[in-house]
Amino acid sequence: MTDVVKSYPPSEKGGAPVVAIDNVSVDVERGDVYGIIGYSGAGKSTLVRLVNGLEKATSGSIVVNGTEITSLKERSMRAVRGDIGMIFQQFNLFNSKTVAKNVAYPLEVAGRPAAEIAARVAEMLAFVGLSDKAKNYPDQLSGGQKQRVGIARALATSPSLLLADEATSALDPETTSEVLALLDRVNRELGVTIILITHEMDVIRSLATKVAVMDGGQIVERGDVFDVFAHPQNAASARFVSTVVQGVPSPVEVQTLRARHDGRIVTFSFRDGSDSQAQVFLDLAAAGIRFEIVYGGINDIRGRAFGHLTLALQGDDSAITAALAKIAAHSEVTEAH
Amino acid sequence: MDKLIDLLPQLGEAAWETLYIVAASLLFGGVAGLFIGLGLYVTRAGSILENRAAFTTINILVNIFRPIPFIIFIAAIQPLARLVLGTGIGNGALIFAISIGAAFGISRIVEQNLLTVSPGVIEAARAAGASPLYIIRTVLLPEALGPLILGYTFVFIVLVDMTAVGGYIGGGGIGNFAIQYGYRQFNPVVTWAAVLVVIVFVQLIQFFGNSLARKIMRR
Ligand SMILES: Nc1ncnc2c1ncn2[C@@H]1O[C@H](COP(=O)(O)OP(=O)(O)O)[C@@H](O)[C@H]1O
Ligand SMILES: [Mg+2]
Repeated sequence: MTDVVKSYPPSEKGGAPVVAIDNVSVDVERGDVYGIIGYSGAGKSTLVRLVNGLEKATSGSIVVNGTEITSLKERSMRAVRGDIGMIFQQFNLFNSKTVAKNVAYPLEVAGRPAAEIAARVAEMLAFVGLSDKAKNYPDQLSGGQKQRVGIARALATSPSLLLADEATSALDPETTSEVLALLDRVNRELGVTIILITHEMDVIRSLATKVAVMDGGQIVERGDVFDVFAHPQNAASARFVSTVVQGVPSPVEVQTLRARHDGRIVTFSFRDGSDSQAQVFLDLAAAGIRFEIVYGGINDIRGRAFGHLTLALQGDDSAITAALAKIAAHSEVTEAH
Repeated sequence: MDKLIDLLPQLGEAAWETLYIVAASLLFGGVAGLFIGLGLYVTRAGSILENRAAFTTINILVNIFRPIPFIIFIAAIQPLARLVLGTGIGNGALIFAISIGAAFGISRIVEQNLLTVSPGVIEAARAAGASPLYIIRTVLLPEALGPLILGYTFVFIVLVDMTAVGGYIGGGGIGNFAIQYGYRQFNPVVTWAAVLVVIVFVQLIQFFGNSLARKIMRR
């Protein structure tokens, strides 16, 4: 996706057009789970809908599996869509059709023979663990089961790309992890590339390999999930990261900590490996400083650890100052004032 | 009361005629209304065959014709009936007038019921690569079927109402029976017999419509 702009006509005559996507370039590689996070109205849904041509780009270039789709006629666009799966926040299952008929739908659209459709539907329902629900109707299923049917339907034609627009936002936390685990299998076992839209950082943390942060129709930060979590460069990204990671305590939080703990409040930040963490505690102990962990935590992202630990330090003031100076040489130290 | 017993054969025939006129009008007007309603739905902004000019045209036509009181419409459409059917009177002309007069109202009911289908479901079908006509056939109509049946049940009752003025152009039916033998001959028992027949019709249809819709919506 290169230099893509999407604007909608103004809502009232004479107004300025709504620029939903403002000059965005993204490169999603085969096998990626590419997370796109942003607040409501940031342009995330518009961005994915451009990928399968549900919306037409105002300008720019979008290449899917080697095909430039911005110049395609609606008829040829439909063929491309058959090779892109999509799942939705509200599941969007056909209520008038059984679970099996829902999963069969994209195959019928593609004009596959009946025997092939039956076999593929059975295979997909087994994959999502809903073989026993084939003859049920969607209104007889729980939210998590509905989304699993949605996933089976989206993958029925064996697409290489799956678009997930807030796929877990209507689910409770437990069902969310079930569906995320299933999407992880979709990516690992079936090799399907996933573009994952969400406003929840937790979803990005548990599934995505790369992430782009959207704000006001633009991508304000992008990179490996670990890097964005460990070192967000942008204010919007930092706010998202702070929803799942306890970082350096804010001034208000420091106030509360001071009310409950004596001593100096100092935050140590670590990333990748715990060598420096051990060294910090060793240095503090060597200087005879009493310490207590009062805030923060260590996070694991796809096997790589980082985190922020805030300690209340008690002891001789100059000893503490000296120890902090020593630690600052190998770790990141932030003292609250 | 004796008078009513004498008139029973005429009452039976009138009831039968009403059924026949309503059924024929429901077929012609219902199909026309379905197409006009579909036209309104698919051409509106953001829909699968969005077309501002087409939508505005259909919308204006419906808005012009729908509010015309039927008793005036029946007279206004008479020349056209003569042109098409060769006659402006009788049950044929009545069916012609009701079918056209009701089609516009039916189209609004159809449009409203189609709008109950969640746009997301249509979007899912589009995302699967389905064409607009295929979506109408395989998703839109099946998803709206329950409400549509309720809508058409209501239409049936409206059509029974419309047949009542059939006598004006020499059509038959229960309304004509009530006026001719009940009202004009000062015999309220006969009039009320006609009312009773209408009530039975309406109740039966309502019952069948409701149970069919319930069966479709709540398997
Ligand atoms: N069909 C539309 N017509 C006009 N404006 C739209 C339309 N769809 C989206 N927008 C606008 O585009 C912006 C981005 O919307 P969207 O992509 O849905 O954001 P998100 O999914 O991040 O919440 C919003 O300001 C929204 O009002
Ligand atoms: Mg959205």
